[in-house]
Amino acid sequence: MIHFVLLVSRQGKVRLTKWYSPYTQKERSKVIRELSGVILSRGPKLCNFVEWRGYKVVYKRYASLYFCMCIDEDDNELEVLEIIHHFVEILDRYFGSVCELDLIFHFHKAYYILDELLIAGELQESSKKTVARIISTQDQLVEAAKEEAGSISNIIAQATK
Amino acid sequence: MNPFSSGTRLSDMIRAIRASKTAAEERAVVRKECAAIRASINENDQDYRHRDLAKLMFIHMLGYPTHFGQMECLKLIASPGFPEKRIGYLGLMLLLDERQEVLMLVTNSLKQDMNHTNQYIVGLALCALGNICSAEMARDLAPEVERLLQFRDPNIRKKAALCAIRIIRKVPDLSENFTNPAAALLKEKHHGVLITGVHLCTEICTVSPEALEYFRKKCTEGLVKTLKDIANSPYSPEYDVAGITDPFLHIRLLRLLRVLGQGDAEASDCMNDILAQVASKTESNKNAGNAILYECVQTIMSIEENGGLRVLAINILGKFLSNRDNNIRYVALNMLMRSLTVDSQAVQRHRATILECVKDSDASIQKRALELIYNLVNENNVKPLAKELIEYLEVSEQDFKEDLTAKICSIVEKFAPEKIWYIDQMLKVLSEAGNYVKEDVWHALIVVITNASDLHGYSVRALYRALQASSEQETLVRVAIWCIGEYADLLVNNTGMLDLEDPITVTESDAVDIVEATIKHHTSDVTTKAMALIALLKISSRFPSCSERVKSIIGQNKGSFVLELQQRSLEFSSVIQKHQNIRSSLVERMPVLDEATFSGRRAGSLPASVSTSGKSSIGIPNGVVKAAAPLVDLLDLSSDDTPAPTSSSVNFLQDLLGGDLTQPSAQPGTMQPSNAGADILLDLLSIGSPAPVQNGSGSTNGDLLSVQHNNAPIASIDTLSSMSPTAPSSMMDLLDGFGPTPPPKSVTTEDKAPAYPSIVAFESNSLKIEFNFTKQPENLQSTDIVATFTNLTPNVYTDFLFQAAVPKYLQLHLDPASSNSLPANGNIKQTMRVTNSQRGKKPIVMRMRLGYKIDGKDVLEEGQINNFPREL
Repeated sequence: MIHFVLLVSRQGKVRLTKWYSPYTQKERSKVIRELSGVILSRGPKLCNFVEWRGYKVVYKRYASLYFCMCIDEDDNELEVLEIIHHFVEILDRYFGSVCELDLIFHFHKAYYILDELLIAGELQESSKKTVARIISTQDQLVEAAKEEAGSISNIIAQATK
Repeated sequence: MNPFSSGTRLSDMIRAIRASKTAAEERAVVRKECAAIRASINENDQDYRHRDLAKLMFIHMLGYPTHFGQMECLKLIASPGFPEKRIGYLGLMLLLDERQEVLMLVTNSLKQDMNHTNQYIVGLALCALGNICSAEMARDLAPEVERLLQFRDPNIRKKAALCAIRIIRKVPDLSENFTNPAAALLKEKHHGVLITGVHLCTEICTVSPEALEYFRKKCTEGLVKTLKDIANSPYSPEYDVAGITDPFLHIRLLRLLRVLGQGDAEASDCMNDILAQVASKTESNKNAGNAILYECVQTIMSIEENGGLRVLAINILGKFLSNRDNNIRYVALNMLMRSLTVDSQAVQRHRATILECVKDSDASIQKRALELIYNLVNENNVKPLAKELIEYLEVSEQDFKEDLTAKICSIVEKFAPEKIWYIDQMLKVLSEAGNYVKEDVWHALIVVITNASDLHGYSVRALYRALQASSEQETLVRVAIWCIGEYADLLVNNTGMLDLEDPITVTESDAVDIVEATIKHHTSDVTTKAMALIALLKISSRFPSCSERVKSIIGQNKGSFVLELQQRSLEFSSVIQKHQNIRSSLVERMPVLDEATFSGRRAGSLPASVSTSGKSSIGIPNGVVKAAAPLVDLLDLSSDDTPAPTSSSVNFLQDLLGGDLTQPSAQPGTMQPSNAGADILLDLLSIGSPAPVQNGSGSTNGDLLSVQHNNAPIASIDTLSSMSPTAPSSMMDLLDGFGPTPPPKSVTTEDKAPAYPSIVAFESNSLKIEFNFTKQPENLQSTDIVATFTNLTPNVYTDFLFQAAVPKYLQLHLDPASSNSLPANGNIKQTMRVTNSQRGKKPIVMRMRLGYKIDGKDVLEEGQINNFPREL
C-alpha cells in the first residue's frame, strides 16, 4: 500500500502531502525533511527508488516538482511509477499543462483529484477520463451552490434596500 | 462583522506568504492570518468558515500548528451544502489523523452522509472513511460500507471497496462480512470497481484462510478469464497506457492469482497458460509493460512449481538485469533476492552481473546487489567473491563502505575455508576500511589469531607490515598493537616463517618504534594508546635490552591529562623499575582465548542463570581449566582498568581484553570468580584516594593466580579463591612500589574472617535472604553487605527487584543485583554498603521491599530487618 504521497519542489518546499498511515505531526515533518534531503540530492540518471526505514520511496521528477510515494517493501515499484504518471496526466488534463503555481494556488483541487485516484493508499481508478468527469461534476455542484447563494443574497440585499 | 475576517482571500494570503523574503517575514504573515482565523472561529462566522479552513490547510502544509481549526472541519462537515462538506472532509483528512479523539465526533456525520441522497456526498464520506478511519470507526461503519458495495453507481462501489480494505486492515475480524460482496465485485465490467474489488479480495485472503479457500474454489477460473480478456483486448483509449490496456488491472489480477495459486497445485495449474501468455507476449520496452512482467514473474515464482514457466521467469529477470534502465535493474535484483529460496541455482548463474551491480554508481542498486551477493555466498565461491568485494572496498564511496565492510567481514568469518585465509582477508579489510569495522569483528579476529598458534608469527609480521604502510585505520592499529605486544619475539626472530612469506627484518627497536609512533600519533584514541602502553610493557619483558627505552616512553605519559593513561603509565613504570623479578610472569602471553565462549557471548546466548554454585565445576576438571584460564586473565585486565569507577571504564576494559570474554558465561562456576572480582572492585571504589594502589594489587594478584594456575589441572573457582592467600607476599612487595602502603587487604570475601555473623534477613515460603557483612578496617562506619537471595520454589522469578530504605542516620548505597531473574532453587547476589554515622549508639535497621514476577504475575513482599548485629 502507499503510506504517503509527497510533492516537494526542487527548493524543498512541500506542495502536497497525503498520509494514509498514521504519522504524528512531528513525525510528518521529520519524514519530509529527511526524505527531501535524500531525494533532492540524488543524481538525474539514478533509479527512481530509495530504500528508507524498511520502506521504499518511489519518486519521479516532473519539471520543478518531485512526486514521491512511499510503499511497502514487496509492492511493485514500477507500477507505482505508473500511478505517479497517471496522477500527473490527470492534473495536466485538469489544469491544462499544469505547472507548480497551479498546485500552489489551487492546492485543494490537487487534493480533490488525488482523492479520486487513491483511497486508503490504494488505486481507485485507472481511467483518466472517469476521474476528470467525476471532478468536473463536483466542481459544477460547487458552482451551482455558489450561484444560488449569490442570488439569494442578492434578493435579500434588494429586499432590504 | 469582524474586521479581520473580511480581510484576505485565499490567493492573497498565498501571495503574501510567497512574497516573504525571509522565514521571519513568512512567520509574521502566518501569525497574522492565524489570528484572523481564530477571531473568525470565535465569532462563529459562517460565511468565511469555508475560506478560513482552506487557508488553514495551506498553513498546515507549511508546517505550522493548526489544531485550533479541527472543530471547524466538523462544523463544515455537519453543514448541509456540498461545497462546505467537500472542503470540510478535505480539512478533516489533512488536519487530523486517526489517533485524534476529535475524530470520534465525526462518526455520526459520516454515517448520515453515507446515507445521503446525493451520491457525491456519499463519495466524500467514503473517501474520508477510507483515508483516516480508526478501528472503532471501522466497527461502527462497516455495515454501511457493506451496503454501499452494492450501490447502483460504480463510483460509490469502488470507493466502498477501498474503504472495506481499510476496515479489514484495522479490524481483520470484519473480513467475514465482506467476503461475499467482494466476490460479487469480481464479475464487474467497470474497471475501477474491478480493480478495487480484486484488491479487496486479495486483502481478505491475507487475513482469512477460509475466505482464501472460498475464492480459490469459486473465483480462480473467472479471474483467469478476466485476465485473458484484458490481455487480449483490442486498443481501448480510455485505459491505454503505452499500448497496453489497463496495466493496473493486469497487475492486480496477477497479484490475486499469486495469492490463490500459492500452495495449491490445482489453482496454479489453472493459471499456467495465461501466465505464460502474459510473460511472453507483454511488450517490455515501456515501464508499464515491465511493471506487468515484474508482477508476472513474482506470481510465477510464488505459485506451485512449473518448470517451463520458471525458466521463462528467470530469463525475464536475466533480461531485466542486463537492461540499461536502472529502475529495471533494481527490480531485477529485488526479484532475484526473492527467488533465491525457490531456485538459488538459477540466481547463482547471474552472479557476475550482480557483482557488477555492487559497483554501480546508484546507491539503491548497490545496496540491493550487495544484499543479494551476501546471500549468494557459500563455501565454494567465497574466495573469488570476497576478493572482488575487498578490491571494490578500495574505490567505493564513503557512505557505502560501512555496509560493505560489515558484509565482507561477515562473509569472510562465516565461510572461511582456512584460518590463514581469514586472517589475510581481515587484514585487507582492516587496512582498507578499519574505521568501519565493528568492535566484535576485530575482537573475533584476535580470538582467531590466538587460537591459531602456528600463525602467530605470520599474523604479527603481516600486521606489522600493514601498520607500517598505514596507521590511519584505528582498528588495524589496535589489532596490530595487540599482536605486537603479545608476539613481539616472534616478530623479531621470524619464528614460524611460512613458505609464502617474504622475509622481513625487524629489530627489537623497530618494534618499540612502531608502538611508540602509535602512542604519539594524533589520531590514536585513548583505547588505542592504552593498548599500546600494555604492548610496551610486554615488549620490555620480551626484550630486556629495550627496557630502558620502554621505560622512558611509558614515563612520558605520567603527566597525561587522561587519567587512564596517566595511571597505566605510573603503574607500568614501577613494574619495570622495581619488580624485574616478577615482570616476566606478570606479562606472560595471554592464554588462548576461548572461541566458544566468545561466540556464545557474541550471539547474546547468555544463559539466564549462571550461579549454579562451584560444586559442579569441580566435577569436570578438564572442562574447567579452559574456561577458567581466560577468565582469570580477564580479571587481571579488568582490574587494570578499574580505576575510573564508571561504567565506561568497564566497557573499556572489555575492549582491551579483545572481547567480551569477561562476562560470566555458559561455564558453570565461572560466576563466582567474577563476582569476587566485582567485590574487589567495589571495595576499591569505596576506598577513595588510595584506590589505584589497591587496584594494582588486585591486578597483580589476578595475574599471579593465572600464572600459577595455567598448568594446574583443576582451576575451579573454589580452588582459585583458596589459593589466593598465597599471593599476599608478592602482592605486598608490589604495593610498596606505589607509595604509602595501604593496609593489606585480603582478596576474597571468604578470606575476610567473618567478624560479624551472617544473618537471615528475611524468610518466607518462597524466598530467603541472607546478609553477609564485611568491614574495611580503615572505615569502621561502613559495612559492606552481600545479600544472597535464594529462591525456595521451583518457579523462576523474573523482574526481580530488591529495594531498601534506612533511617536518616544511615546511608545506603545499593548496587545492581547480579541478575534480575532468580532461577528455580537458585540464588542471586546483590551488594550494598551501609554507612552508620551513629555507629555504636544505634544499630542498623532497614525496611525492604521485594518485587518479582512468577509466570508474569506480580508478587510484592515487604518487611523490616531488625536483626543486624549491634556492633555494625
